[in-house]
Amino acid sequence: MHDLSRKQKQMLVRIFTAAALLLAVELLRSTGLLPAGGLTATLCYLVPYAVIGWDVLWRAVRNISHGQVFDENFLMALATVGAFGTAEYSEAVFVMLFYQVGEWFQDYAVGKSRRSIAALMDIRPDVANLERDGQVVEVDPEDVAVGDIIVVKPGERIPLDGQVVEGSAALDTAALTGESAPRDVAPGDTVISGCVDQTGLLRIKVTRPCSESTVSKILDLVENASEKKSSSEQFITKFARYYTPCVVIAAALLFAVPSLSLAVMDPLPAFLAGTSWSDWLHRALIFLVISCPCALVISVPLSFFGGIGGASKCGILVKGGNYLEALAHTETVVFDKTGTLTQGLFTVTSVEAQPPFSSQQVLSYAALAEHWSDHPISLSLKAACQTPLDTSLLTDVEEIAGHGVRAVIGGKEVCVGNRRLMERQHVDCPPCGHPGTLVHVSVEGRYAGYIVIADLPKPDARAAIADLKASGVARTVMLTGDSQDVAAAVAKELGLDDFHAQLLPADKVALTEKLLASTSPNGKLAFVGDGINDAPVLSRADIGIAMGAMGSDAAIEAADIVLMDDKPSKIATAMRISRKTLRIVHQNIWFALGVKGAVLLLGAFGIASMWAAVFADVGVAFLAILNASRCLRVKEFQA
Amino acid sequence: MKKRYALTDLDCANCAAKMENAIKKIDGVKDATVSFMTQKMTIEADDARFDDIMREVVAVCKKVEPDCIIHL
Repeated sequence: MHDLSRKQKQMLVRIFTAAALLLAVELLRSTGLLPAGGLTATLCYLVPYAVIGWDVLWRAVRNISHGQVFDENFLMALATVGAFGTAEYSEAVFVMLFYQVGEWFQDYAVGKSRRSIAALMDIRPDVANLERDGQVVEVDPEDVAVGDIIVVKPGERIPLDGQVVEGSAALDTAALTGESAPRDVAPGDTVISGCVDQTGLLRIKVTRPCSESTVSKILDLVENASEKKSSSEQFITKFARYYTPCVVIAAALLFAVPSLSLAVMDPLPAFLAGTSWSDWLHRALIFLVISCPCALVISVPLSFFGGIGGASKCGILVKGGNYLEALAHTETVVFDKTGTLTQGLFTVTSVEAQPPFSSQQVLSYAALAEHWSDHPISLSLKAACQTPLDTSLLTDVEEIAGHGVRAVIGGKEVCVGNRRLMERQHVDCPPCGHPGTLVHVSVEGRYAGYIVIADLPKPDARAAIADLKASGVARTVMLTGDSQDVAAAVAKELGLDDFHAQLLPADKVALTEKLLASTSPNGKLAFVGDGINDAPVLSRADIGIAMGAMGSDAAIEAADIVLMDDKPSKIATAMRISRKTLRIVHQNIWFALGVKGAVLLLGAFGIASMWAAVFADVGVAFLAILNASRCLRVKEFQA
Repeated sequence: MKKRYALTDLDCANCAAKMENAIKKIDGVKDATVSFMTQKMTIEADDARFDDIMREVVAVCKKVEPDCIIHL
């Protein structure tokens, strides 16, 4: 209970005092020491009523003087004063007491969820250890300039984005990516703010000011998310505006019409027989108690906020409630290939040697010939060749643009490149049906073999697609600028429904528009890209999802949803969080409206008591808040 | 110009919605959001009259929810 605010503690004291006083008055009355009616009894009940309800009455008066009628305080004041008026003393006090208890629990529950969301966002350290004139001083991260050197000790959070100058460490990136495996960094590596240094002392050269650091951007994004409202939230705001006046008018009519009828009609109609005007007043008061839409007004935004908070715990940043809502209705998912479904790195997948050459020989010739090149393909060749290379053998390297490389290795002429190079050198190159990029090797005009290089799919790509299909995505499409053969092979391997190859960026937009036109009216189209050159498509799709956003500003700007790590499987996770959030929102809407509707109806016929009404007001709100706080729980979705 | 302000003692979600509506009606305010969850208010309004508009915003909020304090 130590996390209660001062206000909450005071209220708790008032609640207990009022409850004790009420109990005392009730006891006195039941023992006959206090008369059941009359002035003394009224005054005795007024004591606990004043203790528990003075602030409600005061606020009601104050707000009316400000022109705020129909607010919660006014309605509760009216209902309880009315109950006093009809000599229902104990009921009046009880209703006020329960209203305050309910409000207290509501406040507590909302405060708790708000704190746990705030804790989620507590990823920005308040101090940075700045190196100044050979000494380390603690400063506000805002005061650190680009180019300054900061020191991060084990256990501390990195305050600003930068580059490691000295030291190495394992970083915990869980707060940013939801990924539990630590990331190792060494001098030269870039590090981003928000990660926790787990092992070693790091000296970091700051590359971005505090306001532009990754962690500031993320916080900004999550905090601004509540500005983009989902259609459920808009519905509730609109509904709340009409609901209260409608119920209050209904209450007035419920009192006025029967009371007037009682006065003027002589043979009374059946529903009026045996009732008095005070019965109708009592029923009207019940209406007033139920007329606050709080349960909905609090729980719906809280659900979305919780859902967005929970998603960010899993490394999924959602820019607004509207996107979280749209995600639940995803019908088509369009993927970019390179960097999204595939690793965006070339890897040697097989080596086919022509006897008498061995595959090891083919690979080392190729790696050696490409030794001076920084082309991604050359890098992959060098990475695949594990034996140390003797570069002293390499002489006369000649790069032939669009073809490959010709080099002299140990006195032998070696050509490494595509089929066109082989044709140019008049080397007989047997046909082969491999998709992917082929690197042919010839030695002294003789064909030695070829190396297959491919951009491998990400390890979780296949499972991600299957997962999306299992969660109800009707169509998965891949768009790529790559060749038809490569695209077909990847699409088949991953189990995609459709693919379009050899596309220019403009073609991707056109195709996405075509796909958008063919999705059903309620179905949404999500485009998933790496955010670097997909900005037009990301903004054109219903939901633009960018991945691998660690440090990429473009992705954070253009997309609606940002996946902090490179895993396509997070899309299905995001969809599940979205569906869970919507399910909870709908449960709350139907539960609140259902209970309120039922109590209104019963109240009109004089069956429901004021107790039921108080439950329909604060009780429902409390339960709806508890239910909404489930949105924050994402353990089941975390790997 | 768009600015964000922290709020304290914003106690009910309905009041937040009412404040938001009332602020949006002020002349010169382009957009406004009052977030009950983050206890923050974002206001987008004309640059030239921003200070005047903010005074009006404070007055309007005082009317709707006298307990709520805006940290300017």
